[in-house]
Amino acid sequence: MFKGMTVVGTVLGLAILAGAASGQDAAQKALADATKARQAQMQLYAFNLGLLGGMAKGEVPYDAAAATAAAGNLSSLAQLDQSRLWPEGSDEMGVDGSKALAAVWENLPDVMAKGADLVTAAAAMEVAAGTDLASLQASMGALGGACGACHKAYRVPSN
Amino acid sequence: MMMRKTLISFGVIVASLAGGAWFMTKPQTVDAADYAGLIGVPARGAIVFHAGGCASCHSADGASGEAKLILSGGRAFVSDFGTFHAPNISQDREHGIGDWSVTDLANAMVHGTSPEGEHYYPAFPYASYARVSPQDIADLHAYLTTLPADATPDRAHDLAFPFTLRRGLGLWKALYAGDDWQIDGDLTEVEARGRYLAEALGHCAECHTPRGVLGGLDRDRWMAGAPNPSGQGDIPNITPAKLDWSQADLIAYFTSGFTPDYDTAGGSMAAVVESLAQLPEADRAALAAYLERLPPIE
Repeated sequence: MFKGMTVVGTVLGLAILAGAASGQDAAQKALADATKARQAQMQLYAFNLGLLGGMAKGEVPYDAAAATAAAGNLSSLAQLDQSRLWPEGSDEMGVDGSKALAAVWENLPDVMAKGADLVTAAAAMEVAAGTDLASLQASMGALGGACGACHKAYRVPSN
Repeated sequence: MMMRKTLISFGVIVASLAGGAWFMTKPQTVDAADYAGLIGVPARGAIVFHAGGCASCHSADGASGEAKLILSGGRAFVSDFGTFHAPNISQDREHGIGDWSVTDLANAMVHGTSPEGEHYYPAFPYASYARVSPQDIADLHAYLTTLPADATPDRAHDLAFPFTLRRGLGLWKALYAGDDWQIDGDLTEVEARGRYLAEALGHCAECHTPRGVLGGLDRDRWMAGAPNPSGQGDIPNITPAKLDWSQADLIAYFTSGFTPDYDTAGGSMAAVVESLAQLPEADRAALAAYLERLPPIE
């Protein structure tokens, strides 16, 4: 009888522990998923910038329609709803592979302002990309500045 | 008697050695004649200012945009010798350098000597600025006078003994400072301009070249990368052995901060790019041309 109860108690205890552990796993997975999703968004930025930058450098022939489409993508990406992409705890200390500094969550109004600057720079590029090559080239700096402003303040320095 | 004579001779030798060391460590100044009659032009000085990256160190921590022109100082620079704090170089006459003449600025930049005749620490890259031309210094001086005054007092450096003894820096300067070029030989006009921007104003080597135990640059490994003095990661090797970017890639990077993978400049380089972006396109191209001329070092 006693033995039976002990077994039941042990099983119950293990189940509770496992439940807690899997709750923790699920929370950690949610942080990792959000980190992966926003890194995928960054990759989409880079992919579209690649075409614009290639034209700016003269490596790819200028094509107004293709440039406008790529700049339009940047603009759409900058305006995605990101409310689920940056859960607190998904900083470099919390998630393997994350390069976001905890300062992101301590300065949210500034982060949002820098995000708004990117929306503005992407919109300017959308107009410039369809105008001519010189306008496109002249708009690369502001776009890079907008990306870099956030990276400089809120990303683990790489070099 | 004999003994006494020996003692006296010994004393004389010690005294003259000490005197020699005292003389050798004496802060140097420029020849004022080299600066007489130069007329500084602020618009040209702005280019010197951005090429020299003055704002990256002398603006307040976290300053961006227009605020980077307020040269109140205060940023901290961690090194093996202690922590340096950038001084106020705004136009405030008491806390900044508002009362400096062109030769005061020249003494500081070329010889690392203050108006009071003391050595500056080489966290201020005078070992590079030693190569800056008198006209550029006059232009820079003229530009600085157009910038705002700020009354933030300087913060003392936080150094360990014996680095607190400034006089000893005279020996450091004798060992490591100089105005000779690292890359010599036949350079095109563009490459020579790039060398001036990189080795003098831009002081690229101060971070991209490793240092010996006394903090002097290891010139055999010119631009071959170094540990980051902040302790975080490494400053990359930018010789052709490791940096395989095209000229167009380099110019684009200096203009927008975008790498060939469309990531952006990281760490201190982000601030450098902000300055380089202010230069004429031809200067960014000149820098790229210089980098291509560097001997490849693995």
